[in-house]
Amino acid sequence: MSLSRNDVAKVGLLARLALSDADLDTMTRELSTIVGFVGQLEQIDTADVAPLAHPLDTQNVFRADVPKPSLTTAEALQSAPRHDGECFLVPAVLGDTGAA
Amino acid sequence: MTATPTAAAPFTTVIGLEVHVQLQTRTKLFCGCSTTFGAPPNTHVCPTCLGLPGSLPVMNRTAFELAVRAALALGCKIAPFTKWDRKNYFYPDLPKGYQISQFDLPFSSEGALEVVDPKGALSRNVRITRVHLEEDAGKSMHDEAAGTGDTRIDLNRAGTPLCEIVTEPDLRSPQEARAWLNELKLLLVYLGVSDCNMQEGSLRVDANVNLHIPCDGGRIAKTPIVEIKNMNSFRSVERALVYEVARQYEEWQATKAEMGKTPKQTRGWDDPAGVTRAQRHKEESSDYRYFPEPDLVPVAVSDEWLAATREAMGDPPSVLRQKLAATWKIPAYDADVLVNQGRELVAYFEDLAERVGEGKVASNWMQQDVLRTLNERGGSIDAFPVRPATVADIIGRVAKGDFDTSRAREIFAEVLGSGRTVDEVVASMGIAAVDDDELITLCRELLAENPRVVADVKGGKEQAAAGLIGQAKKKNPNVNPGKVRAMCLDLIRQM
Amino acid sequence: MQPSDMSAVDLVTAVRQGDLTALRATEAFLERIERLDGQINAFLAVDREGALRTAAAVDAKRKAGKPLGPLAGLPVAVKDALCTSDLPTTCASKMLAGFRPPYDAEVVARLRAADAVIVGKTNMDEFAMGGSNENSAFGPVHNPWDLTRAPGGSSGGSAACVAADMAPVAIGSDTGGSIRQPAGLCGITGLKPTYGRVSRRGLVAFASSLDQIGPMARSAADCALMLETIAGHDPGDATSLDLPVPAYGSDLERPLEGVRIGRVPAHFGAGLDPEVAHAVEEAFAAFRAAGATIIDIDMPHADAGVATYYLVAPCEASSNLARYDGAHYGHRAEPGKGHRAEPGQGHRAEPGGAPASGGGFESSLVEMYCRSRAEGFGPEVKRRIMLGTYALSAGYYDAYYAKALKVRRLIRQDYLDAFEKVDLIGGPVSATAAFKLGEKSGDPLAMYLVDLYTVCTNLAGVGGISFPCGFTKGGLPIGFQLQAPALAEPLLLRATDRYQHLTDWHRRRPAIAARPR
Repeated sequence: MSLSRNDVAKVGLLARLALSDADLDTMTRELSTIVGFVGQLEQIDTADVAPLAHPLDTQNVFRADVPKPSLTTAEALQSAPRHDGECFLVPAVLGDTGAA
Repeated sequence: MTATPTAAAPFTTVIGLEVHVQLQTRTKLFCGCSTTFGAPPNTHVCPTCLGLPGSLPVMNRTAFELAVRAALALGCKIAPFTKWDRKNYFYPDLPKGYQISQFDLPFSSEGALEVVDPKGALSRNVRITRVHLEEDAGKSMHDEAAGTGDTRIDLNRAGTPLCEIVTEPDLRSPQEARAWLNELKLLLVYLGVSDCNMQEGSLRVDANVNLHIPCDGGRIAKTPIVEIKNMNSFRSVERALVYEVARQYEEWQATKAEMGKTPKQTRGWDDPAGVTRAQRHKEESSDYRYFPEPDLVPVAVSDEWLAATREAMGDPPSVLRQKLAATWKIPAYDADVLVNQGRELVAYFEDLAERVGEGKVASNWMQQDVLRTLNERGGSIDAFPVRPATVADIIGRVAKGDFDTSRAREIFAEVLGSGRTVDEVVASMGIAAVDDDELITLCRELLAENPRVVADVKGGKEQAAAGLIGQAKKKNPNVNPGKVRAMCLDLIRQM
Repeated sequence: MQPSDMSAVDLVTAVRQGDLTALRATEAFLERIERLDGQINAFLAVDREGALRTAAAVDAKRKAGKPLGPLAGLPVAVKDALCTSDLPTTCASKMLAGFRPPYDAEVVARLRAADAVIVGKTNMDEFAMGGSNENSAFGPVHNPWDLTRAPGGSSGGSAACVAADMAPVAIGSDTGGSIRQPAGLCGITGLKPTYGRVSRRGLVAFASSLDQIGPMARSAADCALMLETIAGHDPGDATSLDLPVPAYGSDLERPLEGVRIGRVPAHFGAGLDPEVAHAVEEAFAAFRAAGATIIDIDMPHADAGVATYYLVAPCEASSNLARYDGAHYGHRAEPGKGHRAEPGQGHRAEPGGAPASGGGFESSLVEMYCRSRAEGFGPEVKRRIMLGTYALSAGYYDAYYAKALKVRRLIRQDYLDAFEKVDLIGGPVSATAAFKLGEKSGDPLAMYLVDLYTVCTNLAGVGGISFPCGFTKGGLPIGFQLQAPALAEPLLLRATDRYQHLTDWHRRRPAIAARPR
């Protein structure tokens, strides 16, 4: 399995990693090798095998709906690269997506 | 209703809704931070909802149970096994870089909620595709005036539990969509699932809409589906859909563009301008790379748990309407009006009806006096100063003949306004029951003064006696008009 | 006897009995750190003041007759992947340089509550990704047995500091062998507990379904002492098991009669260094002599372990590391600087139809993200993020991620089947003893294969322990690994302890650790 430079560039954007031209060359070569290696799994017969995403069999772990102390705003912002004492500051977000 | 193409609307409108409601929990979905609205920015945050390194989520039981309650009320099947997934995308109001949501195994699916209108003009069963439980994002605030300035991020809302309710494209008009949303809101508020306050963002709606247009040869052309966002009231949902339906039809006539040939478009509703506008398309944003959330364990819902949830849930509005109509023998219209006012008002009505012993009378009083004054005054029915016992007392005195209904209304208003008891008000208004001797004397006087009426009645025109009522009231405002009429007729017959 | 020569069990006993003050014990190890760590680079932060303060407080507590915690006065080094509210937590990444968490990891909180003395944070591969410690943004750790060699990874700092007696015990984390492999290469004992046995809260996540914190020490008995404190249910970690914690140290001396140890013949293939093979076979012989039965078993899907692991772990990592985007904490690229020089083709419109809008980044926000992450992460972390992002992306999910999860189930089934026949599975930890620094750093895939014998334990979620079973002619330690069914830590520790009563490999010290004359 070999990846194209273009594939790698797309993944780089999806992963939000700036890749220089030289990075792209290296990454394309290395990822192709690694993807080729992990691709060997293809040869294992997994028909009728259910995926196993997690080693635990436990279920239904909940907590009670009881408030706990929050951090102070100062603690919340203590490692922020930029803030105004109330909010985190990031470069302009234009257009609104947001969750949901 | 635009169910089938007509001359006026030569197409069918097809609408599906995606509704997000915040669940009424004290704390967030995965941490113990408060969900109270309106706190100063970044005061309801902790390592978990800030997405700090090493932090972990633990599911709020109440959030899950409220979500199950909502799904049950929507007639959904509850999955015996459900899990959570990560939806990966970068956005500054999403501090972990992923949203914990549900992808392939939502906890519920395949329900329905009918749009109810007792007059029968609008009635449609809208299928629910799925209901799932996920976390909310924080808030990005951008000061447009500041131009290229920074965006400020407040993560108080991040991690608030959200129920996402997705319908099938079963709605057929903007009006129907609005009516359906009203019913959904009523249901969720009834069950204590959410306060559904759109101003505070506890209920958010996106709408998918397109048109099915019959063409020559019986083929149906389908216009490209448009998703409308940024609607902040049910009224704007209706307006946005009305606008969008017209816009799509125009565009179709101009371009004949059909679904599938262009990618799904997202348009934002501009409420002041009354238009939808195309939003910027993010090319790679749809590759969310969902995978099972390894920090949470799955949930298996047992039959016992479901039964207990059902038991604790109470009747949804649709069932309550039928029960009210049947139990108190009131028309469907009355039941609808009462139920739509909320659970507390229904309790007030039932208390009143029980005391009065007659549903229709109680219902009339609710609608004409209680509801009208409640709406004028504002506030909740629980804080309404005139309690059912008092209203029942007034109604009881009318039945006894102490005074008539219009007098009773004045008494009700006076009790409400002055805060005094019924007895006090009756006394102060000089309303005393008129005893039979007094009444006979009064009627004799009346007959003596009105020989013409006496003659007419004797001649068979009993309705002529009505003319005496007004005069009787002038003599004594407390007389019961019915009694006056009956007494006069008796006396004339004896003459 | 110097405090730095004493076992953890003896240290806490001496402190409790008043034969040794916590202060003196702490000073002894701090002195060694000062003297040796310049050559080893095992620590990213040493908290001299805090450690001495804690030690003095422990002594005062004892003097006042107050009850002491089970680790009272015991110096402990903590891998820099665990959050500490009083020390920076960097995961050996430029991305988190100077990052100060506002909370303690659950394990750190338990150590403090047990009156342990946290002496510092140990070096590691960046975000725990690596098997040599060369991926640290703050320089590699040097193996105390040969400073030109790697200590293994990712918990290389924790392994090296225990091997050089700079701390009697350390905390590591193991996602695919990150406790056991460096323990093996540094000649110490390291336990990866069953998944869920120890809370992960406050452990900076690498691959959440695989990560597990565990103790690293000079002996099984010292690991048992540590595990008793750090194991147990944490309501703040939904994947932590709500089960009682056994007294791990109380059952170590029971003989191994009747214990069946599985030996996997396929482990002894072409890739295994003959010296390692020999030492491992000798260890099996020693176990047989101790009363255990050795039974050859088959683990049919073990070969697929590395490929499975290098899908599962990067996929989870690509998501776990998305939070490092310069928005709320951690490194943020300076606006505008340098991006003209290297915006990267990936973010420009290309004739081939590359994504993103023309000219550069689609917004200043996307630019901030892409450049902060490009600057903050090292090459191996980027490779794994890229690999995981690719394997989860539309069109590749089924072929890679979903396929790996199916093979993962087969691998776990191998364990379930094997543990029908045996109580433990033995074998090598690594195919070779410690390799030279730089030897494998140009070849990512060769480095991945280092994890051959350790990754399946994590994929199955069971426990494993590694400990020294011999030395190469060149004087490098060779490790032996035991794996056990879920929650069989008592047996893992007991078997290792019994072996360590028959042998003295675990008592050997590197020359650098010898006291100055």
